[in-house]
Amino acid sequence: MDVKRTAHWLAGLLLVGLMLSFVLGPFVWQLITALKPEAQLAQLPPLLPSPPTGQHFATVLNAPGLLRVALNSILVAAATVALAFFLGIPAAYALAKLQVRARNPILGTLLCLSMFPAIANVAPLYLLFIRLGIRDNPLAIVLAHSVFALPFAIWMLTSFFQEIPDDLYRAARIDGCSHVGILRHVVLPLAAPSLLSVGLLVFIFSWNEFLYAFTLTATERSRTLPVAIALFPGLHELPWGEIAAASVLATLPVVALVLLFERRIVSGLTAGAVKG
Amino acid sequence: MDLRLDNLTKRFGDKLAVEIPSLTIRAGEFFTFVGPSGCGKSTTLNLIAGLEAPTAGSLHLGDRDLTALTPHQRDVAFVFQSYALYPHRNVFGNLAFPLELAKRPRREIKRRVETAASRLNLTPLLEKYPRQLSGGERQRVALGRAMVRQPQLFLFDEPLSNLDAPLRAQMRKELKRLQKELGTTFIYVTHDQEEALSLSDRIAVMRGGRIQQCGAPREIYDQPANTFVASFFGSPPINLLDATVELDGLRLGDFRLPLSPPTGALAGTKLALGIRPEHIRLHAQPAEDAWPAQVTLAELHGGQSYLELDAGGLRLTAVADAAAAHHPGQTVHVQLMPDRLLFFDQTTGVRFNK
Repeated sequence: MDVKRTAHWLAGLLLVGLMLSFVLGPFVWQLITALKPEAQLAQLPPLLPSPPTGQHFATVLNAPGLLRVALNSILVAAATVALAFFLGIPAAYALAKLQVRARNPILGTLLCLSMFPAIANVAPLYLLFIRLGIRDNPLAIVLAHSVFALPFAIWMLTSFFQEIPDDLYRAARIDGCSHVGILRHVVLPLAAPSLLSVGLLVFIFSWNEFLYAFTLTATERSRTLPVAIALFPGLHELPWGEIAAASVLATLPVVALVLLFERRIVSGLTAGAVKG
Repeated sequence: MDLRLDNLTKRFGDKLAVEIPSLTIRAGEFFTFVGPSGCGKSTTLNLIAGLEAPTAGSLHLGDRDLTALTPHQRDVAFVFQSYALYPHRNVFGNLAFPLELAKRPRREIKRRVETAASRLNLTPLLEKYPRQLSGGERQRVALGRAMVRQPQLFLFDEPLSNLDAPLRAQMRKELKRLQKELGTTFIYVTHDQEEALSLSDRIAVMRGGRIQQCGAPREIYDQPANTFVASFFGSPPINLLDATVELDGLRLGDFRLPLSPPTGALAGTKLALGIRPEHIRLHAQPAEDAWPAQVTLAELHGGQSYLELDAGGLRLTAVADAAAAHHPGQTVHVQLMPDRLLFFDQTTGVRFNK
């Protein structure tokens, strides 16, 4: 009996280990590369940097324009989240709780939009943004990201809002709430954990997105981190050490965000609203 | 102020949900809409609350036309079956919410919430959140949230059906007492005939979106308008027997039931005879106008037992004193109380006034 239990435990451990190494492997490799001295970059062994060097990180942090690019990234991701919420929350509320005539066609269309391959939209959007005169402008990236973020946000929020019992909406109307009031006093407080997860996912998507950010920008004025990292200036060859160091740095804010909000992203806040 | 419903109609697509030509709910009365599920009673309540817009017709509270007003403007409070408490607000927050929205001064809010809370024994719970409360406590909070508004009308949508039986009985008494104390109109929706009978000043019995009968509980029970109303109320349900009118009485299967005055003019008419189980007298010995019947089932309900009887193919339910200890197989003699007989049209189900 005990042998069997131990075997189960070991098998479980092995599976978790495999999964972790699959997920974390690339990141760890990146970190190792970032810490390796220049001479060892293309060598194996040594597997681990000996001695570890902070040279690449120092180069990256001192690189001119990096602050600008990092700010662009934050700005673009935050603006995408803001836009997705500003338009997505009212839309999702209407789709979830009002008698919208073409509800299912609208939801279906949104789903189709988000299934469009990104590459198919690049050329038309590029031309459109040139016409609008916002090429090489962070606004263009925000708009492009919203094309994908908004349908996603509306879908997720609609299903979250639907989970809030109808009677709560009705009670709020009786108690004197307008639709805006219902959103403010009932829906948003109750859906806060869901809003947080949607916001986080949209933020991460926008933060990591490369294709549009690359195509729609030309200079450091509007570039975001993934683009800047890919275009890291090297003299004769690709500066792998610096690229790795920059990637690690670019990942940290996202990791920090997730760790910070992880505990808040819990369900069960609606417990006790209605008999359950 | 009286609430007047005129030609109030609600359709969902082609389906008629409610059609009430005319109904007045008097100021200060405990009025109940009762009926099986899907009869339109909840829709009627939603129409009164303003949660649904009528397809046609109008609602007036006194002289005020409510038809186009929002739920809030109508000045009504609603108690939901699910309680619908705000989970992110504590009990105080739930009670205060309608007053906060109305922008009442903080001190007034506090005073009114505390008054309502003490009346409903909620004072020790004010800081708790809905998830920390029992079903009965949540029910009282929902009631409290309705009370702080001091509304013109209280609307209840099956408020007790999520509670267990003892609590339900207790809350029923509390509701009745509360209504008498507040003196405000209560409009109540339930599918439970017993609840309707015990709580209401007047009852509207609904079926298929239409009111079948409207009247005091006693009247509804003793003089049902049709077989539907007759069978909806009463436990065990009323006996409905096929009968044929003869020259000086009724024929039911092998039995004759003499009636006075003579019924010759109607001879040959078929009708449904209604008699409530408690209006059947049981004799151990043969008696005048009594039919022999066999007990097929005796079901004990505390002090009473419900008897299933077979009188030569005629099936009847009767109520007997449990102390008599009736048992299946036993022969009894049944006598229908003549002044308790109800006569219905066999096809339309409408009751005849003798």
